[in-house]
Amino acid sequence: MTYGKKQVAMDRGQLNFVRSLRLHAGWLVGGVLATLSVYALSIGLVSTSVAQESPPDTVPTVGEPPADVLQSEAARVAAAAKAIPSVVAVFSEGGSGGGSGVVISPDGYALTNFHVVQPCGDHMQCGMADGKLYDAVVVGIDPVGDVALIKLFGRDDFPTAEIANSDDVRVGEWCFAMGNPFLLATDFTPTVTFGVVSGVNRYQYPAGTLLEYPDCIQTDAAINPGNSGGPLFDGQGRLIGINGRGSFEKRGRVNVGVGYAISINQVKNFLGYLKSGRIIDHATLGAVVSSWDDGKVVVSNILEDSDAYRRGLRMDDEIVRFAGRPIRTVNAFKNALGVLPRDWRVPLSYRRDGKTYDILVRLTGVHRKDELIAKTKKAAEDEGPPMPGDPDDTPDEDGKEEKEKESKDRKKSGPPDKEAKKPAAKKMPDIVKQHFEKGAAEYVNYFFNRRNQDRLWKGLLAKGDFAPLQGTWTFSGTNANGNFKLELDNKGGSIELPTGDSHFNAETDGLDEKLNPPDSGGMMFTLWLWRKYLVNGQAKFGRMQYIGTAPLTGQTELVDVMDGISQGVTSRFYFDPREGTLLCIEMFPADNMDPCEIYFSDYQPLDGRLLPRTIEVRHGDSTFGRFSISDLKLQAAGSGEGAKK
Amino acid sequence: MIRIPFMAGSLPVRLTWLCTLLTCVCVAAPAMAESKLTKTIGEVQPKIVKIYGAGGFRGLESYQSGFLISPDGHILTSYSYVLDADQVTCTLNDGRRFQAKVLGADPRTEIAVLKIEAKELPYFDLKQAAQGVEGTRTLAFSNLYGVAFGDEAASVLHGVISARSKLDARLGAYKSTYSGPVYVVDAMTNNPGAAGGALTNMRGQILGILGKELRNARNNTWLNYAVPISELTDIIEKIKSGKAVPVSASDLVGRLDRPLTLQSLGIVLVPNTLERTPPFVDAVRAGSPAAAAGLKPDDLIVFVDDRLIHSVNALKELLERTESDAQIRVTVMRGNELIEIPLEAAAPATN
Repeated sequence: MTYGKKQVAMDRGQLNFVRSLRLHAGWLVGGVLATLSVYALSIGLVSTSVAQESPPDTVPTVGEPPADVLQSEAARVAAAAKAIPSVVAVFSEGGSGGGSGVVISPDGYALTNFHVVQPCGDHMQCGMADGKLYDAVVVGIDPVGDVALIKLFGRDDFPTAEIANSDDVRVGEWCFAMGNPFLLATDFTPTVTFGVVSGVNRYQYPAGTLLEYPDCIQTDAAINPGNSGGPLFDGQGRLIGINGRGSFEKRGRVNVGVGYAISINQVKNFLGYLKSGRIIDHATLGAVVSSWDDGKVVVSNILEDSDAYRRGLRMDDEIVRFAGRPIRTVNAFKNALGVLPRDWRVPLSYRRDGKTYDILVRLTGVHRKDELIAKTKKAAEDEGPPMPGDPDDTPDEDGKEEKEKESKDRKKSGPPDKEAKKPAAKKMPDIVKQHFEKGAAEYVNYFFNRRNQDRLWKGLLAKGDFAPLQGTWTFSGTNANGNFKLELDNKGGSIELPTGDSHFNAETDGLDEKLNPPDSGGMMFTLWLWRKYLVNGQAKFGRMQYIGTAPLTGQTELVDVMDGISQGVTSRFYFDPREGTLLCIEMFPADNMDPCEIYFSDYQPLDGRLLPRTIEVRHGDSTFGRFSISDLKLQAAGSGEGAKK
Repeated sequence: MIRIPFMAGSLPVRLTWLCTLLTCVCVAAPAMAESKLTKTIGEVQPKIVKIYGAGGFRGLESYQSGFLISPDGHILTSYSYVLDADQVTCTLNDGRRFQAKVLGADPRTEIAVLKIEAKELPYFDLKQAAQGVEGTRTLAFSNLYGVAFGDEAASVLHGVISARSKLDARLGAYKSTYSGPVYVVDAMTNNPGAAGGALTNMRGQILGILGKELRNARNNTWLNYAVPISELTDIIEKIKSGKAVPVSASDLVGRLDRPLTLQSLGIVLVPNTLERTPPFVDAVRAGSPAAAAGLKPDDLIVFVDDRLIHSVNALKELLERTESDAQIRVTVMRGNELIEIPLEAAAPATN
């Protein structure tokens, strides 16, 4: 390559480095000549400054790069080579727009941005560095976090990205952004840009309530339209984030050295949820926090029907820790909260009058269910035809104008709107059809929800088929206060406790009786639902929904969670991810009431079926009882006595 | 504004350049140099200050950057409207907040020195400032876009000094006041809020102070530059020691032979009785350019071009720095409405 006139003739599409050199050359003495000398000098400096600590203010000489420079270059090339095969160019049907993505499992699950998938509709096409185009289907979307999970078809050995722990990322580390900016790569080979991590734990405000970037990674690696949804890799080529937006404002919608990636640790929290085929919501505490002048982060407003309130949190309490992180600024709180899905239960420490309290709080959704569906739909309509990527900034007033202008411009010269807006009208490839079910409005692809429901039920069935055991189930043993005896059948149940007896009839009793024994939150009813689930099976229990994965009661491991609505009450089932057995059932008598939590452990076989020998019942802030079962009888249909009245 | 349609370069050229970039500019052994770089950055960041003051609307950010230049709380920053506030708040890297006093400013170099009441702070020793040359690898520290709050660290960008040159730039319609030497950087260092940030070498030694958002006077592109510390040491010392006479921008006006005047526009403002008299239009001379443009009595002048005008004095100062034949864009508040009015002085003959 020559560096003479050719360089001057280069168009504006060059990388920033080149562009800034060229543009500055106009007012440098010597113009192009100066640019050339700059270029030469930068090589020269590199060859000395890295090798030996020569004073930076001397002009280095041009020479052969020393060995360690070549080594680091080789390491960088190797890191890029390792990462490149997993990078995906996402195109909407017909190729009129798209963005980027990254494959995270050999069977083809890939991450991208919600705002990339949204204009594509139910299915899209994905190009990879092997030069091939793969059909893909939407699996789940997270409009608040701007993340989407898609699944590629055609291989069971897709190249995957190695996933790092993004909490370990430090400012100043080198990183690579990869993707398909400006839809450059017609052969689907990703474009690689290189930079440093400029900031970590950044908080970028949402547009309304969607597209919030909490706890994100900031980089000066060039991120341009089309990079959206693509991976940010660390210096070793490991996945640390999903590039999604930049700060642009007055400089137009191209890289200004300030790009933001959704941390991969946030995505890990949502991955199970995304696999549920649903429109996913983020979490809220039900309280607003503000910072005082002395730097304290305090509760400035709290909903009285929130779990946080029931656990004791009040106005003016100082938040000390939340979800495992120290909280010293409002942003730190927003970062900690923003990376969590709704319905998770996380630890919170607060301080009042010099005393610190540790509680576990259940988070609720940012949106009501219908609200999120409506907003997602509206966002789809506002979005217009797909752009290459559209990494967007916080839509302040100016930003909005900018966007409107931009979309008008696009409409003038861009692809025909209708074709792009209604990709679903195109014929769906067979492989996509086989993996797509429309489902209710809260789903983007019910196929994946049903598949996970089936997976969990089959796992449970493998531990014992309870369908024949329609008779009375009797459990007896001890708790802290003495002996107990519990009986359950199809119609209800009874329990004898040292503190008193309770009866329950599922058909005739109202909510109050269902909450018996007193202070248990509804232990008998919850166990009755458990029996109903095991005996009747998934199909006959009620309306089931796979939720995703969540931590069980403050533990860190994520377990599968399924909701079921039966008798007008929502119950939540937690499954052991390895054993397939039930770990816990929570029964929620009402939205604003504490559930009855029943934990099953110490599973042992009985007649070829695994059954728990320890049942712990918790409600609110206390443990109602821990029941050790020494004797249990599960009778087949017709052989038991009727329900107690 | 650079838009996508321009980005149509041929792929091979771009990729070749990309490779060149990767091989030649950003060289460091991933493992070792990375930890060294991370360490350097960790040492510099505590010296960076987030500054909050006036602004906050119409594309005028109410924040900028600065850095500590003494253990006793002297802060070097950019001289701008942000400092023109009753309270200038400085947030240190550890999250501590201070009200700063503006010790002094130098409109020629567009720097200001602030002072906060604190001791034993990490700082850049300006006597130890490094000199950069074309090719020096740099780090730029600033709170661009105001992205960091409280104890969150400033942003860091990496780049290379692509030139040492004299500044030939403009700010809005005006020529920038500083026209001395600057380091031109190949990274996007001069973003909103970055002014006053620190440009260092890869060892964390201070090279210069990041300038304002300026455009190249010749081709209108955004500039990324820093003023070398060596250009500033004298004036900083003078300000610190209290010897600098506070200079107002109007002292620099001598450079314009024929500045724009209110008279030539046909605008009569309300009597200037307060330190910050709001620039209300008292009368508009009939047949004047202002009358023709539709300016009316009782209009409050809020912006000229995109500059916030907070007083009669400020408006006069600004006009004194504007060529008499320049066209300006005046934004007035009329009732509850903001109205934009382009204005151009009449030819001198009609004087």
